[in-house]
Amino acid sequence: MTTLQQSDHGGDVRLTGISKTYDNGFTAVRPLDLTVPQGSFFALLGASGCGKTTTLRMIAGLEEPTTGTVHLGDQDVTGLPPYKRPVNTVFQSYALFPHLDIFENVAFGLRRRGIKSVKKQVEEMLDLVQLGEHKRKKPHQLSGGQQQRVAVARALINHPKVLLLDEPLGALDLKLRRQMQLELKRIQTEVGITFVHVTHDQEEAMTMADTVAVMNQGRVEQLGAPTDLYENPGSTFVANFLGTSNFVEAEIMGRAGDALTLRAGDGKLTLPADRCSAATATGGKVLVGVRPEKISLTHADDAAGIADGRNRITGRITESSFIGVSTQFVVDSPLCDAFEVYVQNVERDARLVPGAEVVLHWNPAHTFGLDAAQDIEAGVEKVSEDAAA
Amino acid sequence: MRWLRKNLVVIAGLITLAYLLLPNVVVTVFSFNKPKGRFNYEWQQFSLDAWKNPCGVADMCGSLSLSLQIAFWATLGATALGTMIAFALVRYRFRARGAVNSLIFLPMAMPEVVMAASLLTLFLNMGAQLGFWTILIAHIMFCLSFVVTAVKARVMSMDPRLEQAAQDLYAGPVQTFVRVTLPIAAPGIAAGALLAFALSFDDFIITNFNAGSTVTFPMFVWGSAQRGTPVQINVIGTAMFLIAVLCVLAGMMVGRRKNKTVS
Amino acid sequence: MSTVTDAPPAPPALPDKPRKVRRRGRLVPYWLLLPGILWLVVFFALPMVYQASTSVQQGSLEDGFKVTWHFATYWDALSDYYPQFLRSVLYAGCATILCLLLGYPLAYLIAFRAGRWRNVVLILVIAPFFTSFLIRTLAWKTILADGGPVVGALNTLHVLDVTTWLGMTEGNRVLATPLAVVCGLTYNFLPFMILPLYTSLERIDGRLHEAAGDLYASPATTFRRVTFPLSMPGVVSGTLLTFIPAAGDYVNADLLGSTDTRMVGNVIQTQFLRILDYPTAAALSFILMAAILVMVTFYIRRAGTEDLV
Repeated sequence: MTTLQQSDHGGDVRLTGISKTYDNGFTAVRPLDLTVPQGSFFALLGASGCGKTTTLRMIAGLEEPTTGTVHLGDQDVTGLPPYKRPVNTVFQSYALFPHLDIFENVAFGLRRRGIKSVKKQVEEMLDLVQLGEHKRKKPHQLSGGQQQRVAVARALINHPKVLLLDEPLGALDLKLRRQMQLELKRIQTEVGITFVHVTHDQEEAMTMADTVAVMNQGRVEQLGAPTDLYENPGSTFVANFLGTSNFVEAEIMGRAGDALTLRAGDGKLTLPADRCSAATATGGKVLVGVRPEKISLTHADDAAGIADGRNRITGRITESSFIGVSTQFVVDSPLCDAFEVYVQNVERDARLVPGAEVVLHWNPAHTFGLDAAQDIEAGVEKVSEDAAA
Repeated sequence: MRWLRKNLVVIAGLITLAYLLLPNVVVTVFSFNKPKGRFNYEWQQFSLDAWKNPCGVADMCGSLSLSLQIAFWATLGATALGTMIAFALVRYRFRARGAVNSLIFLPMAMPEVVMAASLLTLFLNMGAQLGFWTILIAHIMFCLSFVVTAVKARVMSMDPRLEQAAQDLYAGPVQTFVRVTLPIAAPGIAAGALLAFALSFDDFIITNFNAGSTVTFPMFVWGSAQRGTPVQINVIGTAMFLIAVLCVLAGMMVGRRKNKTVS
Repeated sequence: MSTVTDAPPAPPALPDKPRKVRRRGRLVPYWLLLPGILWLVVFFALPMVYQASTSVQQGSLEDGFKVTWHFATYWDALSDYYPQFLRSVLYAGCATILCLLLGYPLAYLIAFRAGRWRNVVLILVIAPFFTSFLIRTLAWKTILADGGPVVGALNTLHVLDVTTWLGMTEGNRVLATPLAVVCGLTYNFLPFMILPLYTSLERIDGRLHEAAGDLYASPATTFRRVTFPLSMPGVVSGTLLTFIPAAGDYVNADLLGSTDTRMVGNVIQTQFLRILDYPTAAALSFILMAAILVMVTFYIRRAGTEDLV
C-alpha cells in the first residue's frame, strides 16, 4: 500500500512499444512510445476510434496491452490489475455508483484500501469541489456538472500518481464545459498530480493541456505544446484537426538564406525553411499551408498598397458570413477553389462582398510547409464532429 | 358522445380489469359463506366460521406448509443457478452460447404437460421415489429460465463502467462483485426470485405428475374440487391476496417516503 | 446438448505459461454455467430423450416396457385423439384472440392513460396471481352457475343464442360447455398477454403520437400506422405466452367443462396417471410438443421478430 502514497520523484508515465489488437483482429493502438512527465496536464486528442481511449485504459489497467510495457516511475505495472495500480480514472459519463450516495461514492476508494476514518478526508474533498451540502444525495439527483465534480473528487481523494480523464466533459453543454475546463485546470494546478486527459474536442485539449498528443489511426501524429501544434503542424491531419488550414500545392525553386522560394501556379511564395517538415531539395513538391486568421484581404483596386515581401494570391470572393467578432470569407483562386479567410471586424471594407476581386496576403513567417504526398482533406472537421466513443 | 369516443379505451380497459378481478371478489365473498352441501358454489348465509378456524379441514394446512417449503427451496435454488447463468451470458463470451440460449428458452416455450410427462418418464426409468425431492427438482427446473430472463434484463442494462470504476478504486474482483455488481443487480434478482416463488407455489400441472402421494396446496384444492370444497380454501386464497397487496403497498409507501426525504 | 456439459472441466495442464496471471479468468463463464445448465440438461433435455424412447416402446405394466420401434403408437394416438387435438388448438386459439382483444385496451390504458394510477392498476393486474389459480378457476363455477345473474344477462341479451348457434354453448347454460372452458382459459392467461403488451407499449415515445397527429393522422390512423406496429414485439410474445400454455392446459377443461370439452392435456394426464399407458401418453405429448414448436417457429417467422429470446 505504500506505493499508493504520492512520491516526489520518478512519477512519469512511460509507455514503451505499447499496442493493442482485439480478439476480432482490430488494431486499436499500433506500437507507440509515450512519456508523460510528472505533474503535467497531458491531453490525448483524436477522433473517435483513433485509439486514445484504449491507450488510456491500458494505463488504467482496464485493457491488457498486446505488446509493450507501462511504467509508473520506476515501477512496471503492465501485469497489475486496475485495483493494484496507483492510478484513478474519471470515466466517460462518470460511472457513479447509483446505489450509493455522494459521500459513499467519494469514500469508496479509501474504504477499499482499509482506511477506517474517512469522514474528514471525504468532507474536505467535497468542499474542494463545492459539493459539501449534497453529500447525502444519490447521483441521479445531481446535475451533470455536479456529477462530473463528484467523479473527479472520487478519483482525486486517493491521491493517485496519475489521474486519467476519459472524455470527462463530453456530456455537458457548451457553457458548463467552458467553466469546467477552467475548474479542472485549477484543481490540477492545486494538487499537482499528473493528469492524462482523453478528448475529441481540440479546443478543450488546447485550453487545458500543457502537452497535447494528436492521435490518428492508432498512432501519435504529433506531440507538443498547443501553440506549437497549432502554429507549426507536422501533417495535414494535425493542420486540419486543430482548427482550419488552407493548402496550396507548390514547387521549390530555390533557397535564399533561411527562406525557401516556391512557385505556385504563376505566383511566387516564400516559406521559412525551419517551418517546412518536408524535404527541401530544389524541384521538390510541398504543400504550403496557412491559417485563415493570418491572411489579410485587400480589394484588387488597392493592391498597390500591399507591402513588399508578403506572400500574395489573387482571387474572387464567393461567400461571406458575418459571425460577430469576425467575418468569414471563402475565396476562389486559381490555386485553390475554397480559400478560407477570417477577418476581424475592425474596419469593414464595404466593397468586400461576394463577386469582388481581391488579393490575399500574409506574412511569410506564418506559412508552413508539409510533404505533398498526403491527403489534403485528412482530419477535416466532419470526422472530428462525430460523437466520441 | 365525444367524451365516450375519447374514453372508449379507458372503458374497455376497465371492463377487462373487472373481468380479471371478479373471481377474486367471488373468492373473498364466499369465504364468509356457510354452504349447505359439500361444495361452496352457492351463497347460503353469512358466517365467520371458516375465518375463525382456517385449519379446520384435515390436511389442508399441512399441504399449505409443504407448498411454502417447496417454494422457498425452489426459489433459493433457481435464483442461485439462474443468476449465475445470467451473469455468464451477459458478461462473458464463450462457445456454445447459442445452445445455452435455446436450452434456457425451450422450457418457457413448452406446454407444462409435456415437461411434466417427460420428467415423470425419467423418474420412473430411474426408479426414483416420487415426493418432496422430485417436486423440488421439477420446480427448480421450470423456474430457472424465468430467473435467468429477469436477471439478464437487469444485468444487460447495467453500465460495465461501474464495475471498472470499482476496480479502478482498489476493489478486487470479490469486493467489486459484493459492493457494486450485486447491489445494482439486486432488483433484477429480487424480481426473478419473486417470480420463481409465485410460479413454484402455484404450480399444479408439473407437481401433479411428479408428486406421487405427496399433496401440495394446489393439489389439495384440485382434490377438493372432486370431493367437496371447504370454505377454508377461500379463506386461504383471500388471506394470501390481502397479504400480497399489503406488502406491495407498504413497499411502495416506504419507497415514496425514502425519495421524499432525500430530495 | 452433450457438448455443453463436456466443455467446462478444466484441463489442469496449461500449455505455455501465460505472461499474465489474469488469464485464468477464461474458465469463469463455464463454472458459472455448469450447475444450472447441468440441471436443465438432466431434468429437461434428458427427459425428452426418455420420453421419445418411451413413445416407441411396447409392453404392459406387469411385464415391463421394451423399445420395439413401434411407431404405430403415434398413428393410433392421432387417429384416436384427433378431436382432442383439434379442440386444444381451437380453444387455445379462441382464448388467445380474446386475450388480445381484452388485454390490449388495458395495456394501453396502463401505458398511456393511467397517469398516477399506473402502478395501482399494474398491481391489480398482477395481484390475482397471489391467490392460487385453481381457487380462482373454481370461482368461475359460481360466476357461470346455471340460473345465475351472468347467464341470465347473457340470455336476455340473446348472446347465448349466438353462441349456441356457433356450437359454443348448449341450451340455457354456460357451465360445462366450450364457452366456459374458453372463458376460463382467457381469464387464466390474460395477465401473460397484458404484461408483454404493456412493456412494449410503455417503450413507445409519447411524442410519436403527437408527431403522427401533426402529420395529419387521425387517432385511428395513428393507432393503426404507429402504435400497433411498434407494439408488435409485445403482441408476438403475448400471443405465444398465452397460446402455448393454453394449448397444453387441462385444468380449465376439467373444472369448467364436460367430457365433450376434453383437450389433449386431459388425455395425456389420464393416460399417464390413471390408465398408465405410457407409450401412448408419451407419443401424444411428443406430438403436442412438435406441433407447438412448428406453429411457434412458423408464427415467429411470419411476425418477423426473431429476437424474442
